Amino acid sequence: MPSLKVTLLTGRTLRQGQGKEYGKLSERYWKSVAVCEIDPDDMKKLGITEGNSVKIGTDHGLVVVRAIKSLRGPHAGRVFVPYGPWANVIVNPKTHGTGMPSFKGIQATIEPAPSCEKVLTMPELLERHFKKE
Amino acid sequence: MADLLIKNGFVYDPLNGVNGEKMDIAISKGKIVDKMDGKRKKIIDASGMVVMPGGVDIHSHIAGPKVNAGRLLRPEDHFKDFEAKTDKTRSGVGRSIPSTFTTGYRYARMGYTTVMEPAMPPLMARHVHEELNDTPMIDKAAYPMLGDCWFVLEPLAKGLIEQCAAYVAWTMEATRGYAMKLVNPGGLEAWGFGRNVRNIDDPVPYFNITPREIIQGLCKVNQLLHLPHTIHVHTNNLGKPGNYETCLETMKCVENSGNDGKPVIHVTHCQFSAFKGSDWRTFESGAEEIAKYVNTRSHVTTDMGQVVFTDTTTMTADGPFQYILYQLSHNKWINNDVETETSAGIVPFRYKRSSFVHALQWSIGLELALMIEDPWKIYMTTDHPNAAPFIFYPKIISWLMSRVAREKLLKKVNKRAGHKSLLGTLDREYSFSELAIATRAGQARALGLKEKGHLGVGADADIAIYDVNPEQVDPSKQFRLVRKAFKNAAYTIKGGEIVVKDGEVVKSVGGKTFWVKPELSNPIFEASPRLKKAFEDYYTVQYENYIVPEHHLAVSHPISVKAEV
Amino acid sequence: MKVVSNVTCPGCGCLCDDLEIEVENNTVKAVRNACGMGESKFLGYSLHRPQKPLIRKKGELVEASLSEAIRKSAEILANSSYPILYGWSNTSCEATSVGVELAEEIGGIIDNTSTVCHGPSVLSIQDVGFSTCTLGQVRHRADLIIYWASNPWSAHPRHLERYTNFTEGRFRSSAWNKYLDGLGSYRAERRRQRAAKLVGEIHGVSVETPPVEEPSKRLPHSLFEKGRKMIVVDVRRTRTADIADYFLQVEPNKDYEIFQALRILLQDGELEVDSVGGVPAEILEDLADLLAGCEFGVLFFGVGLTMSEGKLRNIEAGISLVRDLNQFTKFVIMPMRGHYNVTGANIVSTWQTGYPFAVDFSHGYPRYNPGETSVVDVLSRDESDAALIVASDPVANFPKGASQNLIKNPLIVVDTGTSATSMFADVVLPSAVSGIEVEGTAYRMDRVPLPLKKVVQPPKAVYSDEQLLKRILREVRRIKKNMGGGDSQWLTC
Repeated sequence: MPSLKVTLLTGRTLRQGQGKEYGKLSERYWKSVAVCEIDPDDMKKLGITEGNSVKIGTDHGLVVVRAIKSLRGPHAGRVFVPYGPWANVIVNPKTHGTGMPSFKGIQATIEPAPSCEKVLTMPELLERHFKKE
Repeated sequence: MADLLIKNGFVYDPLNGVNGEKMDIAISKGKIVDKMDGKRKKIIDASGMVVMPGGVDIHSHIAGPKVNAGRLLRPEDHFKDFEAKTDKTRSGVGRSIPSTFTTGYRYARMGYTTVMEPAMPPLMARHVHEELNDTPMIDKAAYPMLGDCWFVLEPLAKGLIEQCAAYVAWTMEATRGYAMKLVNPGGLEAWGFGRNVRNIDDPVPYFNITPREIIQGLCKVNQLLHLPHTIHVHTNNLGKPGNYETCLETMKCVENSGNDGKPVIHVTHCQFSAFKGSDWRTFESGAEEIAKYVNTRSHVTTDMGQVVFTDTTTMTADGPFQYILYQLSHNKWINNDVETETSAGIVPFRYKRSSFVHALQWSIGLELALMIEDPWKIYMTTDHPNAAPFIFYPKIISWLMSRVAREKLLKKVNKRAGHKSLLGTLDREYSFSELAIATRAGQARALGLKEKGHLGVGADADIAIYDVNPEQVDPSKQFRLVRKAFKNAAYTIKGGEIVVKDGEVVKSVGGKTFWVKPELSNPIFEASPRLKKAFEDYYTVQYENYIVPEHHLAVSHPISVKAEV
Repeated sequence: MKVVSNVTCPGCGCLCDDLEIEVENNTVKAVRNACGMGESKFLGYSLHRPQKPLIRKKGELVEASLSEAIRKSAEILANSSYPILYGWSNTSCEATSVGVELAEEIGGIIDNTSTVCHGPSVLSIQDVGFSTCTLGQVRHRADLIIYWASNPWSAHPRHLERYTNFTEGRFRSSAWNKYLDGLGSYRAERRRQRAAKLVGEIHGVSVETPPVEEPSKRLPHSLFEKGRKMIVVDVRRTRTADIADYFLQVEPNKDYEIFQALRILLQDGELEVDSVGGVPAEILEDLADLLAGCEFGVLFFGVGLTMSEGKLRNIEAGISLVRDLNQFTKFVIMPMRGHYNVTGANIVSTWQTGYPFAVDFSHGYPRYNPGETSVVDVLSRDESDAALIVASDPVANFPKGASQNLIKNPLIVVDTGTSATSMFADVVLPSAVSGIEVEGTAYRMDRVPLPLKKVVQPPKAVYSDEQLLKRILREVRRIKKNMGGGDSQWLTC
């Protein structure tokens, strides 16, 4: 399976900003954050097209999101995931004494997701990763 | 609320001619009365103690965006000095810029009951009032800064005094302000592009007006509006060697503004404007020249801006001056320019005994207080926190009252400064009566606060009782006892309630916010759609949202004045 | 039908206060002057909102009375040793004020969203200060506007039209016409190329599209002309970059080096490398000249700087650059604050406690040490034992490990809508929306205070954050009194 070493950035998008106003549990919201914007050339290298699922892994976790062709290229080697519960599974929690976790510039690996691993819905993701004791 | 009777204290009430007589003071329903009529009565035995009106501070930076930026800038200042929550008080931190609750408690512990925030950017008035609401124990007010507002510069440049007056009147009400503040008039607008004005005749770029014209124009406006306080001026060229000339010119330029011999201008923190010399090497005191002038005139009042050798934080609206201070000290620096109106700068600063310049600055403040003969013309302040935090007032009191105390310190400061200082030749020592003028009566009178600063019938029952016996203690020699007494009041009474006892807060109370409401016969600023349109062009906020509603003040106390326009 | 004007938008840090809201039958029907985000908020706030308090019983959230929910919340907080009170950026200052009082009463930590946003900017300011101004100064005076690691198009949509490039100022004209001209010629060029291609196809001739231009080794001359200019510096070409006069693409995690390189150049130093952060040295030289030669420059920066490697040091470098520039010209710097009242949360916290966020009251007085007292760290180390979340959704924002330690302990959520966090709460208190159903005060990104308006009535029995917190505080005090604690003195460990 082809895979790429990339730098992961997370951040705001207009869709995510609007989506959250419709409710964090709305489909509109979680569909806007369970995505990854990838440079078109990188997509070719991975052998994927828009809408395919990709798995992103960092030292801190693994998550499956939907690939979107980035219109903001070229930015080969950098992928962008909007803020949200999906990004939070893989960001670096270390604050280095500042209080701020590392939400940008994280080393990651990205590859097409195997067919058994789909993009979870929000309730599914919360259930998978969080347990109320 | 029970009536209160303060028995047998040595009362100092200069505004009513009382000078240390043993007297009883009667209080009922928050006011000083002839006789009490309430059923419940509490008696305070003030035998052997000094009784004065509660302290009034005419100029102290305690609330607002600049003060808060200072708090933010200096967590290290707070780490050393904090107060835990008690069942009567909120927690907080000091030191040079205390948090709001702590500010109120610390003033009250020293017997102060009224404090004026002297620098309110009109656009951010809401912020100032929110902090004042959270400052307990004291009555307060704030001065909107007007010396660089476009709505002031434009009409004054065309000689349209009445239009300017209409704007100022509107601003007083819109910002719930008390007095007109000018800071480096004209200089702050120039600072918008990184420039400054060099003297009071240097025109302000793009505005075709000089500082002299701004000062004179606003002085006239102040008289037309009959505001209770005069214009309150931080002079151009503050902090620059040789600036005593600018200070004199500033005072001279409104000499003939005529007010029946009553003051028309207040030059604040005069120490910073009394520098002689052409650079830091030839720096010396200009206090003598300033004092000479003030002694022969009746139109000026001043306050000291006294330096204490300690670590503190400078914060003024004088952006260009603060930038220079940053360059001198290489300390961290915050600058904040406010659109259409003013600016601000903050730089931590340490005054050192060993520094020639700092030591002379220390001397200058005291020289002014000792050489200006009439105590009604110069008041005790530190321009908190610029020259020192207000918690050092007791120290300054001891310097005013004791030559020995001054000379002790004079021996320890930078030798060259010590030689140049005039303090060695100045014998004068403040009496308790003069001290009462310098720390309460004079300030209240200059502010036009008729119910403050005195203990006559009808005054607000704001009283400080200090545990020092004027018949037994010689302040000149026993200055340490005086310092101790004024550091922790035996009693502070606010609005007729005992709020501090033996330097501890025993009851937390709020306080009133004073503001002035000039009544115009023709309020052209509000009425004109053209002016409202200009407002939208000049500001990034809507006209309606700029105004601070009266109910935003926790306890609003408007003072109406009838204007001549 | 009525129109409420001069409404302050409780959206982003722009805090636009010129909105007009059409209201009919206590419902918002239309919104004028707002951007997409603001409009979504006014039109969408009433969807998906809980209106009844909820308490977790036997593992499920069930409806409860307000008194019960308040009592349960107060019990949780009064009995905790090290509770966290977090959020605050999406509510009024009045609510935050009660929050501080509550945190002080229970000896907890009060922290706001700066801690995961511009907290490092605050830390840098505490180290070196900063030169800044209110947005009107930019509007009137700025001729060089730089957005660094910030994308207002997405996060602050009206920023350019209200405060920067596309506004009219006293001393500067809007660059809108220039932008339209530029856009016009760009579109004209594209149409010409398409036409040429079509003509070529018709005549069976292959028309070569003009070769792609080599990226220039120097800054375009047009940047040095008079008038407003906007530059975007970012790791990828954002929408804002598309409309900038110049886009500088930089490598991730290299901002610190670039700032310092510019500082060296300003002091007449020389760069001993060919490029810094992916930017050729010649371009940096030109940029240094441009910065020093403008009449009024402003650097807006986003969380791209606070979140990448170096964090606060990145901002310190930026602040120091701007400070150095003041030797040559007027230059200011400003963080692009995200939530509409995160600035207000910092400001209220600072005046009441001395510190802007991460304030720990466990010793009875305010303590501040980000890294120790900041919530992500406290949660990552699993030190807290309860939490009150107000107007925020940490489960959607915090790294997973921190969120897990948040939800496993007693959790109270006060919010206007359902969130990922509220799904794991033990008590949910629905609240009215500040700025739409509740009035109050908020502070813009440039620290200008503005009033929040009440445009519609909240639903029956849905109260403001401020009112709910006051009730919880009263109940906490009652519980503690009955516990015989009196003035509870903190366990100083």
